[in-house]
Amino acid sequence: MTLETVGFWVVAVVLLASSLAVVLTPNLFHAVLYLAAALVATGVIFLLLEQPFLFAVQLLLYAGGVVTIVVFAIMLTERLVGERIRQTSRSLVNGAIVAAAVFVGIVGFLLRSPVVTLRPGLEADATVSIGRALVGPFAVTLELLGVLLVTALLGALYFARSEE
Amino acid sequence: MIGLSSYLVLAALVFSIGLFGVLTRRNAVGILLGIELMLNAVNINLVAFARYNGDLIGLIFTLFTISITVAEVAVGLAIVIAIFRVRRTVEADRLDLLRG
Repeated sequence: MTLETVGFWVVAVVLLASSLAVVLTPNLFHAVLYLAAALVATGVIFLLLEQPFLFAVQLLLYAGGVVTIVVFAIMLTERLVGERIRQTSRSLVNGAIVAAAVFVGIVGFLLRSPVVTLRPGLEADATVSIGRALVGPFAVTLELLGVLLVTALLGALYFARSEE
Repeated sequence: MIGLSSYLVLAALVFSIGLFGVLTRRNAVGILLGIELMLNAVNINLVAFARYNGDLIGLIFTLFTISITVAEVAVGLAIVIAIFRVRRTVEADRLDLLRG
């Protein structure tokens, strides 16, 4: 049992538990908090895969940005006094059947693929390589991503603005 | 040593849980949370493949999907807020104006 093995199983349990809580808890606000836990657990998985830069991005953008936006949206759509958004779910059995079928399909595909356990050695610093690739072969993609973000933010502002 | 397939099975589980949430939640924000989980599972897959194949492309892809997801959530929630302003509800079942 190396440190990585123990860490993987601990993080896996935390990730699965918080993911289940996201889809099962009746209170939507609690669901967002569990989503934050799941996103941080995913970041720790990135750490286990020796990608600290992606861990930082995951924390900043996902756990920081997305969770904040969702909390704001809930506060705006939930009447703060009076009735709360009751997060009743429907057709739990049907949903479980479909989700289980998809899972079985994926695992069946995995079982037929070769087993890989060995990792190639790390190159010097993945962050440096990522940065060079982003301004090298992926420069156009990076610019397009900037355009997309600006467009999306303008679109979000347009949709969410008040009428007057 | 943890193998690649462990990460892939974990990601598949998270993906299925997210799909379950998308299918069963009534609230539009809840559906978006399920989509977040599914995209997150995809990111785990991308990083795991990149690490075990010693390939940089998966990491770049992960960066792009994370950024695009943030944009998607911003637009999606703006639409939810706009819908709430007009219809006073965010329950997906009652937003059936476009049903033929």
